[in-house]
Amino acid sequence: MKYIDEYRDPYLARTLLDEIKRKTSRQWTIMEICGGQTHSIVRNGIDQLLPDSIKLVHGPGCPVCVTPLESIDRALAIAAKKEVIFTSFGDMLRVPGSRRDLFVVRSEGGDVRIVFSPLDALQIARCNPQKEVVFFAVGFETTAPANAMAVYQAAREGIENFSVLVSQVMVPPVMRLMLSSPENSVQGFLAAGHVCAVMGYEEYELLACEFQVPIVPTGFEPVDLLAGILQTVELLEEGRAEVVNRYGRVVSRKGNLIAKTLIEKVFEVTDRQWRGIGCIPQSGFTLREAFARYDAEKKFNVTHICSKESPLCLSGRVLQGVLKPDSCPAFAKECTPEHPLGATMVSSEGACAAYYNYHRNVML
Amino acid sequence: MCLAIPGKLLKIFDENGLKMGTVDVNGSQTKACLEYVPDIVIGQYTIIHAGFALKIIDEAEAAESLKLWQELFESGAFEPDGGQPSPEVL
Amino acid sequence: MTIVPICAAPIMQHETVQMAHGAGGRLSQALMQKFFMPNFHNFFLDPLDDQAKFNLPAGRTAFSTDTYVVSPIFFPGGNIGELAVYGTVNDLAVGGAQPLYLSAGFVLEEGFPLADLETIVVSMAIAAEKTGVMIVTGDTKVVGKGQCDKIFINTSGIGIIKNGVNLSCRNLQAGDSIILSGTVGDHGMAIMTSREGLSFQSQIRSDCAPLNGMISAVLETVPSVHAMRDPTRGGVAATLNELAVSSSVGIEINETSIPIQPDVRGACELLGIDPLHVANEGKLVIAVAAADAAKVLDVLHASEQGKDAVIIGSVIADHPSMVVMRTAFGSRRIITLPLGEQLPRIC
Repeated sequence: MKYIDEYRDPYLARTLLDEIKRKTSRQWTIMEICGGQTHSIVRNGIDQLLPDSIKLVHGPGCPVCVTPLESIDRALAIAAKKEVIFTSFGDMLRVPGSRRDLFVVRSEGGDVRIVFSPLDALQIARCNPQKEVVFFAVGFETTAPANAMAVYQAAREGIENFSVLVSQVMVPPVMRLMLSSPENSVQGFLAAGHVCAVMGYEEYELLACEFQVPIVPTGFEPVDLLAGILQTVELLEEGRAEVVNRYGRVVSRKGNLIAKTLIEKVFEVTDRQWRGIGCIPQSGFTLREAFARYDAEKKFNVTHICSKESPLCLSGRVLQGVLKPDSCPAFAKECTPEHPLGATMVSSEGACAAYYNYHRNVML
Repeated sequence: MCLAIPGKLLKIFDENGLKMGTVDVNGSQTKACLEYVPDIVIGQYTIIHAGFALKIIDEAEAAESLKLWQELFESGAFEPDGGQPSPEVL
Repeated sequence: MTIVPICAAPIMQHETVQMAHGAGGRLSQALMQKFFMPNFHNFFLDPLDDQAKFNLPAGRTAFSTDTYVVSPIFFPGGNIGELAVYGTVNDLAVGGAQPLYLSAGFVLEEGFPLADLETIVVSMAIAAEKTGVMIVTGDTKVVGKGQCDKIFINTSGIGIIKNGVNLSCRNLQAGDSIILSGTVGDHGMAIMTSREGLSFQSQIRSDCAPLNGMISAVLETVPSVHAMRDPTRGGVAATLNELAVSSSVGIEINETSIPIQPDVRGACELLGIDPLHVANEGKLVIAVAAADAAKVLDVLHASEQGKDAVIIGSVIADHPSMVVMRTAFGSRRIITLPLGEQLPRIC
């Protein structure tokens, strides 16, 4: 597969690994922001192959993991309504709310459908004028263009039986939070390649300068990840707190201006709750007033949401990179993919699930 | 957050007033919205996420970095043993 | 005044299944005579007794059952009827049995098109003939609209295991080779990409096929094969885990050995699905002593179905009950049982 196979070449990977070993003179702690990068690292065993002096810490870039419990519970309440067709990316179906998940709602008669794109949800709305179609608009900036277009298009066509339940979050604010924390041990970052494809990496230059950390926009295939790690090590070894793009075939400094323009038109920045972390100011998107009629939260004024997290779940600390999944007392005991206590064990790219599924070192 | 797969644009068409395309991924085809890559032409590669093309892949840039790594490989930075790279596992 | 009752003769010509077709009366008989008997007729079925009566040849008897609820019922490469015949035939064959007789139970949804029923039943007859089995007994029920999804089929099957053949998932031994008879993920991805709601087109066809011929040929040459399974629901990952757990052994496979069709691979990448978790309906996983692996491969390669057969790994004494994959990079990861439904993802 073009633009995939070249970046899974074991010999190129080995070459980059050897370069990393050659250039690393001391201990470095590097975080990969994106859950997709975590998934690829653990699936391909990249962390097993790196020298011991490189510590990889998994970041909070898993929108499934950080969607607040109240949002999940609200989604479940809306999905259970008779007049609603509830649509979602597949990722969200197994995420547990306080008492159940979307699968359970479906088994109780809710019309819950998986879609690949928010445009699929819009099509369902066109074909079912007598029903209310709701789309669970979860994601980081990568998904914002898709979600924005669905709403914009609905408004353009005058489709009124469509709405979105927004849980859009942004990367730079959570990076800022982590970097400001006294517990932070991360010295360099692999920035999320596809977030950067949309937003560019200008914003990261400010962060790099303010906190004196190198930030390297990086892809997802093994060779891309190793190239990103190599670049980060080089910057760390040279004491250079800069942004250097290692995913040039997809990422440019300014990003996709058309996408950014539409995101700006449809959404505005707002404070957002992050599951396991708390409220991060100006860290998410909400629909602008002009598109308020497409906001499912306003349309279905669901009250009596009483959300309760498991007291055993430490996913917030995992998400911020201060706790490794297998150091959590509940890991692989009370908390497994079959009985997840928190979202990091459910999402395919959640660090806890990645560890459990691919990488139980203690058993290997 | 970011499962975005590269595919080759085969066809451009209009649907509900949006510019759409048929993108080939290794023989399977998916429909994708091209509104964010208006300059894309048939035969170019793009990354697809949630049914949207987000970026035309910069072929020159890709070739450049692959060339650099290939040169590193050929310079003897790593000697293949004729099989898989030897494992270094725990 | 004389009241003349109007004779409420039921309409005998229908285009769709009616409740009366399952009620045991004249419409039931009409269904039987019009669809099932012409296609399934054989010595054992024709008397239409409540049971089929037959003698079994000498040898251990194998007995299997499965219920088929696939949606869509017509998919690229097959339909629910063929699947129902091949599936149970294959379940018998992987136990080393020669499949002989099947039962077929149908649950039909009120309103199901009779033309579709005919297509399915004809497919089943063709499948039965291909595999050398007879459908000797059956049943049909009809449920109200919305109480089942068009058509569900249960098939149960009986076969005889030849002397000297002992296949069991408990037989694996350290040192065995693990062979996969062909490409992974064809069936599951054919189903997924032909469902509505995903803006997808592919030419992926299900690999739905009978395996008993290929299995017979393997057992003729290497009767001492330890185990065979067809990796259906849960894919190769589920089958390898079941084998590892049953035999309390470890299994190690090589990522670069797993054969996969390019378009199946493309679909899996796009939807974020692991091909090892995807169902197959015409493939075999075989565990055999390493010394016999080459002979098994030769037999498989001689058939169209087995042309892509390859050794994908081996059984080891380490990490019992666990399946581990060696990646292309030399690292290792655990291959777990998939949790449940394969869901397309964007993360």
